[in-house]
Amino acid sequence: MKASTVSSTAAASQPANQINVNAPRKSFLARFQRWEWMLVALVVIAIVINSRLTPYFLNAQNLSRTSADFMELGLMMLPMVFIIITGNIDLSVASNLGMCASFMAVLWNLHVNIWIAAGAGLALATLGGLLNGFLIAKVKLPALVATLGTYAFFRGIAYVLLGDQAGRGYPPAFTYLGQGKIPGTLIPFSVGLFAVLAVVFGLVLHRTTFGRYIFSIGNNENASIYAGVQVARIKMTIYIVSGFMAGLAGLVLAARFGSTRPDIGTGLELTVITAAVLGGVDINGGIGTMPGAVLSLLLIGLVRFGMGLKNVQDQVQSIAIGSLLILSILLASVARTISASGLKFNWRNIATAAAFIIVFAAFFFFFFWSRAPVLKSVFG
Amino acid sequence: MTVKTPTASRSNLLLTLTRYREFGIILIIIILAVIVTLRAPVFLTLGNFRDILLDISILVIVALAQTMVILTHGIDLSVGSVIGLVAMMVAFTIKANPTIPLVVVVLLGMALGAILGSFNGLIIAIGKVPPIIATLGTLSIYRGMIFLYSKGYWIPPFQLPDTFKLLSKGTFLGIPHIIIFAIVVAILVYYFLNYTRTGRDIYAVGSNPDAAQYVGIRKQRIIFLVYVLTGIAAGLAGVLWASRFESSQTNTALGFELQTVAASIVGGVSISGGVGTVPGVLLGALLLGMINNSVTLVRISPFWEQAAQGLLILIAVVSDILIMRRVQRNKSK
Amino acid sequence: MKRNTFYIVLSAVAMLSILLSACGTAATPTTSAPAPATSAPAAKRTYVLVPKNLGNPYFDAANTGAQKAATELGVTVLYQGPTTADATAQITMLNALIAQKVSGLAISADDADALVPTGQAAIAAGIPVVTWDSNIAKGGTQLFVNQADTQGIGDSQVQMALQITGPDGGEIAILSATAQAPNQNAWIEVMKTDLAKPEYAKLKLDTIVYGNDDDTTSYNQALALIKTYPALKVIVAPTSVGIAAAARAVKDQNLTGKVFVTGLGTPNALRDYVKSNIIPEFALWNVPDLGYLTIYALDAIASGKIKGNPGDTFTAGTLGSYTIAPDNTILLGKPFIFNKDVIDKFNF
Repeated sequence: MKASTVSSTAAASQPANQINVNAPRKSFLARFQRWEWMLVALVVIAIVINSRLTPYFLNAQNLSRTSADFMELGLMMLPMVFIIITGNIDLSVASNLGMCASFMAVLWNLHVNIWIAAGAGLALATLGGLLNGFLIAKVKLPALVATLGTYAFFRGIAYVLLGDQAGRGYPPAFTYLGQGKIPGTLIPFSVGLFAVLAVVFGLVLHRTTFGRYIFSIGNNENASIYAGVQVARIKMTIYIVSGFMAGLAGLVLAARFGSTRPDIGTGLELTVITAAVLGGVDINGGIGTMPGAVLSLLLIGLVRFGMGLKNVQDQVQSIAIGSLLILSILLASVARTISASGLKFNWRNIATAAAFIIVFAAFFFFFFWSRAPVLKSVFG
Repeated sequence: MTVKTPTASRSNLLLTLTRYREFGIILIIIILAVIVTLRAPVFLTLGNFRDILLDISILVIVALAQTMVILTHGIDLSVGSVIGLVAMMVAFTIKANPTIPLVVVVLLGMALGAILGSFNGLIIAIGKVPPIIATLGTLSIYRGMIFLYSKGYWIPPFQLPDTFKLLSKGTFLGIPHIIIFAIVVAILVYYFLNYTRTGRDIYAVGSNPDAAQYVGIRKQRIIFLVYVLTGIAAGLAGVLWASRFESSQTNTALGFELQTVAASIVGGVSISGGVGTVPGVLLGALLLGMINNSVTLVRISPFWEQAAQGLLILIAVVSDILIMRRVQRNKSK
Repeated sequence: MKRNTFYIVLSAVAMLSILLSACGTAATPTTSAPAPATSAPAAKRTYVLVPKNLGNPYFDAANTGAQKAATELGVTVLYQGPTTADATAQITMLNALIAQKVSGLAISADDADALVPTGQAAIAAGIPVVTWDSNIAKGGTQLFVNQADTQGIGDSQVQMALQITGPDGGEIAILSATAQAPNQNAWIEVMKTDLAKPEYAKLKLDTIVYGNDDDTTSYNQALALIKTYPALKVIVAPTSVGIAAAARAVKDQNLTGKVFVTGLGTPNALRDYVKSNIIPEFALWNVPDLGYLTIYALDAIASGKIKGNPGDTFTAGTLGSYTIAPDNTILLGKPFIFNKDVIDKFNF
């Protein structure tokens, strides 16, 4: 119960104008009322738009196939929520995924039983998580630095292990993890797995002492240490769990592909972090909910699938997701600033704003016109 | 910043050396150089050294700017996309207007970079969006804009005039231009950080944000400024990139942001702000360049390359933090 | 509480506008909604040509041929691909295409194995799947349009290398794409077998390096090759990114006339180097024809003219008649050798 006192003092010490947005220790329901409802609204809007724009959206078969595409992201996102709430980050998850899948593939190519190989892959990924935890909790490297190093290192190990080889021909019992459906339904097995784990992670985060410690570390790490929270051990634990989940995601992805190459899952870490942050998890730590993160994953999936159905190019989709990410934080912050201090309509502010608008307008004018030889007349 | 306490008690040479922040990385550079030279003597030739410098010039320019951002306890993940977008826009402009003077091209690239950087600065300094989120967003947005702009096409070498290619490849007193660009940028940043008030304010904002609040509005301005400066550096890098690689593609400088961050932190810049030097970052970039260069030279399997890079980065940062801790302990004695 | 409601409403309105505008741009890239598959009249059939990645001049060239075929056949051909050559992204995109029930897919696979389940799902959904340029492993496709057989390309690479070094031979090195690229690995296998033959005994293969089909990496790998092997005469790069990067490295090191480059590439990217004799010759199939043939083959299956079984014969517009070989492939033709005498006749 020490932790709750700690975090309440931490909350009390914060400036008054931040409490109404941060409010770290309110009831679960009160928390859910903010950003999460907004995500619910956005998800509903996305569903309505998608189903009006294309007749292929509300089709169980299609939704089933597409939902499986986002489950590896989801599996890695669950522990990422824990990590970001403690004020840390893990850039190495996708590389760890590759390391796990590659190790499994190597063993499978050596005719090891697939389940033993998969277990060994999971063990290696967990070990990878342990290395991260050690570097961050014991050596006290900043998380960004440590996992930037392991990001390169784990992916490198994947290449060392598998080289130009590929693992393929996995037995159906294994590919069921990524391709199979829960018997009698259209729900992919991986979606079921994710749903169960999401509930487990959510309960641990919001209903246990361990979860409260996670928040207290994120709110004020030093105060937590003085209050007797075993910060190092908790950090170690969540990085180990993150390694394990990355490994699990690796198995699911390898099963979905029915094969493994060492570049498997490259670059997924940024989407994982995007999903967590869009879900209302504060990158500075201390704030976040599991339902929010799950909803944001759903939103990203819906937006991507909807745009895919309309044949919007991949790059335009990334512009939309990037804007969504920035706006989700920016709008709340701007609204807060405006309502806290009011808009000052002095000449200085107006001139600054006008200058920015002119500069950006000039940029876009150039953006759309510079492909034509408009400058030729000047320098001809 | 550099720890230079003149109170040298009866410490031995090693201890004196460890007082310098850059000691750890120099040690690693020497060890690596010796090992690689034993296996591939070509490593220790002037020609190879020149190639390493050529290879890291663009990295140095952007990593130094990235360092300024990290000094304020920020990060700019969008630099790779800014380089790509500026390279694409500049290359298309030159293709359409081959007679455009080089000075205009360079200024255009820096201006475009400044605008893209100012957008980052605006949402971070005024909009109060955490830097990692803001630039993660613009990483995707700017990369997407490259595609919108180029419509998926690219600029192959034969569509760029030779004068533009010489911008990076030409030599002055035997030194390739691109290296001179990097040296000039390094001197400018060194002077700016150490001998101007604004430069010292950058350290102040990062090392003690609460105390820095006394300057009030200046903190916002400083933060805005570092992102604009990073944009300018990335814009310059974009022009040089298009010139050096004689082309511009939609995936130009994809993933480059992590290299710039790596060069900074390997060079001893603290990710939590306020600590870091220009010489350190130069050494960090040099070490990364040497790793790249040597992994291919010593003919170890190409599959080991990335693992070796990752491992060396880890060793560099871990040894750095251990050395620093020892220095702190000796100082407190 | 009022204040919070205010934020939420404000944010929701703004985000809604973003979503709407994002979906609004949806309308621009494509004009017509794809129609249901099979036996639709030609005017309503929509095929999708899927490259390994967008922004790659090689695939863009194939698309020009595909669009020509589309005009002749009176069908619509969309050109959709992931932004980087990555199987995960390609699969997500293909799933969205399958969901629309497009009339046919022509895929250049980013990963031969990983795309098998996706290819099977498309076929199961009644969408014909043809692969081109890079095949999907067994079961994931109905037909592979092979640009040139593996043997022919591998042979051409070694022949060109010997042509450049002259009968005295010399040291050569291979700069490949990624270590996983199925095409390049198959060609390199052929090259290794060829090099073991007596007629190529004078050629000594120093090493194989991987530039990951990334310009910067390929350039640096080529530089390292030049430095590590002072006696190196020819860099063989069977990838369009690698060959251009290697040629630039030779030029930048002022080694024109000492180190030569050959391999596979596209004329526009290599024009300067061919003329300055850094690349005396290089090979490639006729890429626009590859896209052209692929769309004709896909249309033959989608319109029900052929089943796609071995022995089936169809006519591919101006290219004439093709018969499907026993291994479910059709072969475009022999690789074409580009040198400074012929290169100006091609523009892609």
